[in-house]
Order: sequence, then structure tokens, then C-alpha cells
Amino acid sequence: MTVPLSYYLILSGFVFLTGVVGVLIRRNIIVILLSVELMLNATNINFVAFSEYFHNVAGQVFVFFALTVAAAEVAVGLAIIIALHRAHSSIYIDDLNLLKR
Amino acid sequence: MDHIFFFYFAAVIATTSLLVVALRNPVFSALSLLIMFFHVAGLYVTLHAEFLAAVQIVVYAGAILVLYLFVVMLLSIKSEERYHNQLPVAGLLGVMLCTEVILLFIKSQTSRMAPAAAADPVAGPGNTEMIGEALYSTYLFPFEVASLILLVAMIGAIILAKKDINEPVQ
Repeated sequence: MTVPLSYYLILSGFVFLTGVVGVLIRRNIIVILLSVELMLNATNINFVAFSEYFHNVAGQVFVFFALTVAAAEVAVGLAIIIALHRAHSSIYIDDLNLLKR
Repeated sequence: MDHIFFFYFAAVIATTSLLVVALRNPVFSALSLLIMFFHVAGLYVTLHAEFLAAVQIVVYAGAILVLYLFVVMLLSIKSEERYHNQLPVAGLLGVMLCTEVILLFIKSQTSRMAPAAAADPVAGPGNTEMIGEALYSTYLFPFEVASLILLVAMIGAIILAKKDINEPVQ
């Protein structure tokens, strides 16, 4: 007896929504990047679940690419955070409103 | 049986993803994200994607999250937590790990004579083999583009995090 596909979709939708809410409500940039990781993992769960249910390995290959993009995003994002911290000595997005002023 | 595993992994993934957003200390957020990564890897195993489970643990938990923790430790200096607060927890964990290591040593000495179980050879194309074939035939061009993305990200991260590119070396 296998788990229905809809359960995986509900789980990944919940995780994705949590990531969206985290991006929207948190002030710390590091936690915002962690929430982006949550969203990427939610899509990866979807990819693997569909790959299993359609017996097609392409979904797992796409997870591989998503992982590559996540690694690149983390490297560049953390470098940006370090540069911001050096310029403003703050990692809270309330303090980073240079373009609004 | 499948349902039990799925509900366990799903419950832990949902709880830890809520904790990532809800916890105040970014270190705790990162650690709950670590737990979530491990359980997502478990979910991949139940979905017969063993290679991706290994990659998930090695790349996400081993590389990406360590990078996050480095930056958190580097930046949030004004966090009020001191080492004294976690001394009891650290002591408890240390004692537990020490007893575990000692027990393992004792056990390995007593059961050294036991023959190692022969691993069954995998029959048919495995998960890793199928992914490799798809990756290097159908998706060869995206694979090369992915390596280019990694190169660009590496150069960009180095340039962004460097202090000043025109600064003379002292």
C-alpha cells in the first residue's frame, strides 16, 4: 500500500508556504535565505514524488540541477550578506533602505 | 508501513520548517533546517531515490548549512548567548558520547571474531546508474551549463566578499 501522491503535494505545499511566510516576516537576512532553502526543498520533494509516481528519472535529474542552483545561490547570497555587513554593520532588512531614501 | 514512515518524516519536516521561521536565534534556525534536510533525505529513500538522499545529506547538510553556520558565527557577534549557558547540555552530551564510544570499543573487541556479512550485489540498473545515464545523455547540455553556473557563482562570491579589489596588498 503506497502513499498517495496528494500527501506529498500537501506536505511540499505546506513547506513552501512556510518558506514564503518566512521570507515575508523575518528581519534577519540569514533567516530569509534559510527560508528560500525551505522553498527549494519543497519543490525538490515535489520533483522526486512525481518522478517516483510516473517512473521517470527526469525529475531526479532536475532535483540535481536545483541543488546546483541552490549551492550557487547560497555562495553569492552569503557573500552579499558579508559585503552588506561590512558596509552597514547590520544584517536586518529594516536598516537597508538606501534606495528608498 | 509506508504510511508510518511517511507520516513520521512529514511531521518532522513540517515541525522543523515551522521552527526555522519561528525561532529567534539564527543558529537554532539553521540547526532545525539541518534536521529537516536529514528527514527530507529519509523521504527520498522511501521514494526510491537513494542517490539523491545521499547527495542531499552531503551537499545540503554537509556544505550549504556549514556555510550558513560559518556566516552566522562570523556576523552575529552581539548575540547574548555565552558558553556558560550551554555548559550542562554540552556536559551531558559529552558524557553520553563518551559512554557510547566506550561501549562500542568493548563490543568491537568481543565480537571481532564474527565474520562480516557479504553484501548482496545489486541486480539490474540501480538508481544512481539511471540518473547517470539520463544526466550524461539527455541532459548533457544542462549539466555543462550547471557547471558554468557554479564557476560564475564561485568567482562572484570571491569578488563580493573581497575587501577591496584595488587595495594594495600589505
